[in-house]
Amino acid sequence: MKLKTRLFGKTYEFRSVREVLAKANEEKSGDTLAGIAAADAAERIAAKVVLADLSVSDLRNHPVVDYETDEVTRVIQDGVDEEAYKKIKSITLGELREFILASPAAAIEEIRDGLTAEVIAGVTKLMSNLDIIVASKKLIVPATCNTTIGLPGTLASRLQPNHPTDSFEGVMASVFEGISYANGDALIGLNPAIDTVEQTDKILRAFRDFMDKWKIPTQNCVLSHVTTQMEALKKGSPMDLMFQSIAGSQISNTAFGISTALMDEAYELMKEKKSSKGPNFMYFETGQGSELSSEGHHDADQLVMEARCYGFAKRYHPYCVNTVVGFIGPEYLYDGAQVIRAGLEDHFMGKLTGIPMGCDVCYTNHMKASQNDLENLGVLLASAGVNYVMGIPAGDDIMLMYQSSSYHDAAAFRETSGKRPMREFEKRMEELGIMEDGQLTERAGDPSIFTQEVK
Amino acid sequence: MDQDLVRDISSLDLTERVTINQPADLQSCVNLKKTTAARICVGKAGTRLKTETYLRFRADHAVAMDAVWSEVDEKVVDQLGFLKVQSLCKNKDEYITRPDLGRRFSNETLKLISENCRHDADVQIIAGDGLSSPAITSNLPDIYPMLMDGLKEKGYTTGDPIFVKFARVATMDRISEALHAKITIILIGERPGLATGESLSAYMAYESSTKKPESQRTVVSNIHKNGMPPVEAGAQIISIVDAMMEAKTSGIDLKL
Repeated sequence: MKLKTRLFGKTYEFRSVREVLAKANEEKSGDTLAGIAAADAAERIAAKVVLADLSVSDLRNHPVVDYETDEVTRVIQDGVDEEAYKKIKSITLGELREFILASPAAAIEEIRDGLTAEVIAGVTKLMSNLDIIVASKKLIVPATCNTTIGLPGTLASRLQPNHPTDSFEGVMASVFEGISYANGDALIGLNPAIDTVEQTDKILRAFRDFMDKWKIPTQNCVLSHVTTQMEALKKGSPMDLMFQSIAGSQISNTAFGISTALMDEAYELMKEKKSSKGPNFMYFETGQGSELSSEGHHDADQLVMEARCYGFAKRYHPYCVNTVVGFIGPEYLYDGAQVIRAGLEDHFMGKLTGIPMGCDVCYTNHMKASQNDLENLGVLLASAGVNYVMGIPAGDDIMLMYQSSSYHDAAAFRETSGKRPMREFEKRMEELGIMEDGQLTERAGDPSIFTQEVK
Repeated sequence: MDQDLVRDISSLDLTERVTINQPADLQSCVNLKKTTAARICVGKAGTRLKTETYLRFRADHAVAMDAVWSEVDEKVVDQLGFLKVQSLCKNKDEYITRPDLGRRFSNETLKLISENCRHDADVQIIAGDGLSSPAITSNLPDIYPMLMDGLKEKGYTTGDPIFVKFARVATMDRISEALHAKITIILIGERPGLATGESLSAYMAYESSTKKPESQRTVVSNIHKNGMPPVEAGAQIISIVDAMMEAKTSGIDLKL
């Protein structure tokens, strides 16, 4: 294993695979904050050169966190399909990059389960934004809960009707508005302001009643802590999807109040008591930088830690996973360029891991990012074949105090990429007069459709 | 004179405003609108926002951005008699990207604080710009005198007030360790949302220390004229001071 190279007369030597991975990462303010980023642009490229020459087995044999001390590493390593791994273990990451870009989807799928998070993050560091889009587009990863997400030609949205006090009427008003823009086919999911069993149950029932009354084919979810949802489930709440935020190391999962054992228990409970069909019924959220913020990054860069989240998520056959890419703040992703890069990377890494991936295309007001950056990333991801994006009233989340894609944006991403909602949902939108020939009608965008008698 | 003005979109009352072309039921839309501050019933131009909705959104975002990147008018803190110090951050950009530096002071600064401020007071008040300078400029002149009067009335001794430029919340731990006030309070600008760029938070801790976890702090947030008004927040802070003095603890250990 060679960890040294020369570039324009200067020699660069790295001490470990972890250091090569960190320094090869595209520029992220979080890696600088962690003190592990390349010192300058040339060192970053030297690290990429060294990385491109490492083999898949070099990366597998040097996970950034030790197998013995970290259960996320164990989940990923134990989950490797050894037959698939054998096929590619000797090739370099440079060769893997070319294989992914040149091969049809079926050939990539044959080796996908042989890749660890370090390999997936590593090859991503060798790819440009357009490389990533080209590769992502080939990776079709559908999943089925009540309905099927991620089929070619579709782009779904999660309706996110948040309200600062969880007012039942206020939440439902945003649901009416969202459905009237043909948003919410991925799921209707609330981030509750109040994390209690009663609140979780109340909102789940409200969504279920609305879906039943108006025959809306989708999934309901309340994004309280998994332990809260487990209690609600035990008390008989109608729950189609179970949610949890996850991280790429055991320390950071502990900070989220979860472990593999807890998630295994949650999964089994859901399998038994869920109100949806399945077989996929878990929903996870991630985002680059969360491991550093909870001091569980083990001096590894935020891209590789993010890839490890996906490896962990895969254990639970999720219906959907999304990276909340621009939420964490400028100390991790500084500006529009870094957020766009991260959004493309995360979507690709998730799909290469084999999980159905969406993206919360978003930004906060203390980042050097704008509405234009958000829209750019959304269009790029639609082009890359993202399974779903968020839908929020005019893009302003009044509870979480950040901006994400609007109901209008989700419709426009479909319009510009020629995508449609999930089929059964679109059919119902047509019956309600909200869509016609894949387009929103004049009547669309009117929440008072849902204050009338049911049609 | 106002007839020369293009309509002020920032003063439009959005609570009942419906801009959908021919809704099925206008009154229902108005009723829905009243239940949430979310930007619903806005209508559309094709799949896109209408011009008014778009420009109002951009105006709200502009104010929020400016709140983060502007600096506190020093006259405001001078007039209130605050000692001015700075964290280890050299500028706003470093402040935004290096929270580790925004939590700490140089030895010189700590010496300056120690030599110029009263030690062992009951309550030490700090103001910090945080992520919104207008939060300080618009709220401090109301909340600070009110807090001082209230604390004095209750018989508490107060330290000399300190203003920290490029401040993170944890600067309060360093100041507490230098001055040993029983209770340290930092009034700091919150990350602006689209609804307001002027929101202030008060973080309070009993024997605030770098050795204790973040859960040592009790927080009063959303202090601004359209949220919790400064006068009301001041009264709440003083009642929490009473509770902390009584219980000799703060944060999750303090039952309010």
